[in-house]
Amino acid sequence: MNFNFKHEWIETNIGLLAVLTMLAISVGGLVEITPLFFIDKTIEKVDGVRPYTPLEQRGRDIYQREGCYLCHSQMIRPFRDEKLRYGHYSLAAESQYDHPFQWGSKRTGPDLARVGGKYSNEWHVQHLTAPRSMVPESVMPNYPWLKATPLDTSDIAERMKALRKVGVPYSLTDAEYKANVAKFGETVAKQLHIPNAQQSLIEQANFGNYDGDRSGISEMDALVAYLQVLGTMVDFGKYKDDAFVNDR
Amino acid sequence: MSEQKLQSQTVQTTGHAWDGDLQEYNNPLPVWWVYTFYVTVVFALVYWTIYPSWPFGKGWIGGLSNITYVNSDGQTKTHSWNTRALLLEDMNRAAIAQKPYFDKVAAMSYAQVAKDPDMNGFILSAGKALFSDNCAPCHQAGGQGVVGFFPNLTDDDWLYGGSFDKIHETIMGGRHGYMPTFSEVLSPEQIDQLANYVASLSGIGHDATRAAAGNALFHSETAACYYCHGADAKGRKEIGSANLTDNIWLWANVPAASSAEGKVAAIRNVIASGLNKGVMPAWAGRLSPEQIKVLTVYVHELGGGQ
Repeated sequence: MNFNFKHEWIETNIGLLAVLTMLAISVGGLVEITPLFFIDKTIEKVDGVRPYTPLEQRGRDIYQREGCYLCHSQMIRPFRDEKLRYGHYSLAAESQYDHPFQWGSKRTGPDLARVGGKYSNEWHVQHLTAPRSMVPESVMPNYPWLKATPLDTSDIAERMKALRKVGVPYSLTDAEYKANVAKFGETVAKQLHIPNAQQSLIEQANFGNYDGDRSGISEMDALVAYLQVLGTMVDFGKYKDDAFVNDR
Repeated sequence: MSEQKLQSQTVQTTGHAWDGDLQEYNNPLPVWWVYTFYVTVVFALVYWTIYPSWPFGKGWIGGLSNITYVNSDGQTKTHSWNTRALLLEDMNRAAIAQKPYFDKVAAMSYAQVAKDPDMNGFILSAGKALFSDNCAPCHQAGGQGVVGFFPNLTDDDWLYGGSFDKIHETIMGGRHGYMPTFSEVLSPEQIDQLANYVASLSGIGHDATRAAAGNALFHSETAACYYCHGADAKGRKEIGSANLTDNIWLWANVPAASSAEGKVAAIRNVIASGLNKGVMPAWAGRLSPEQIKVLTVYVHELGGGQ
């Protein structure tokens, strides 16, 4: 107020008011977000993380459709109790291709970041259909329609194109495919190639037979394929226990 | 109204007037609020110097607080405070407390561990926690299993063997049960005969004529059941085939059927459709060797260890 500042200037100038309001409310976001673009350790350098295959991606869509994230997080925090129960803490690198990420903070059910490989496919199928037949004290709802509903595989290419637009390296051109071969190897790159998407999806579902029913591809096939890959991409046996300490 | 008048006399206004006489009071913040605000500012300054805070170049200012931990190579390292280093320090502290016990477990034979009363207490508490986190979702909290899905671990009937070594092998590498689909090679009539024979082995109500035909079929090259289940139908633990003579059922839900016909039908279903399940994941990469040893003894001591 001493240096001739008059609040009146702002109150009588709607443009200035708008600009200054924007500046004031962006401070919080800018302070937290901007440094992440410059700090080179935000995403840990680690081998094995790849985008989801078409089948896994469809499973992920179903995971979101059914609202699994409302009760299950996918973020193991670096605490002793979480390490003992769920395994190695989650790395930022592990969710780099997730759009949107499923970290979450609500745990009515257990964290699922490393559920992949922990249970058999048949356990997942039975547990999703009737959770209390496997875990008597569970409060999870039944999802009996997953096994009964055929999976719509027709729009997988469109879904992958949308994810490609936000930065997931699904390949559309030959050059992109070759880049993926160099980065992820040929087997994976083939599954990330959008022109082959529907075929790769069907092949993986038929080969994996995740729902134990060979008569067709159900939504259960996709969801179990997704659950079984969660947290399995990084081989932590290759890294020392303090390999990621310097990244934070 | 008199109160308002009083306020207008003692409280300053912002100084400007709209529409001729519309004025705004300028009430100063309460003193307690202002000082609390100053305290939070000082707190932030102290916090910034102790903990990692401001981004700087490609990294950030680590702060004065350090954490010392020992990594898996046994090197002692010091790092500015972060939750990942804190976790290692915390894991070390717990590991040091548990080390005497785990060292003892590692050094002793299974039989010694099982007999030692001191170790028994440790196995019971540590094993129960491990079992609850890792095994209970399938085998249930008490190890009783689920008929049709996961074997009971509390009885003395073992598909792959109930010795310490066999239990250890199962936990380390996992298992995958398999039985061919016989509906493709046998007629419904033949499958029914076999089911009656299998029922007779466990003393379940059956048709004697059909069972006799089933007996012949069981040991014939047509069905060749004896290849896997053995000529005595007691199963072969090296391939995990079931003992069919002990009236203990995993895949065929015989206990749930109330009538003898229902029990035979349950057996018939399994023979017809076969099995390509009974998958147990491998725990070798998920748990440490000491943890798996503790679990081995725990499962062995659930009641049925051999």
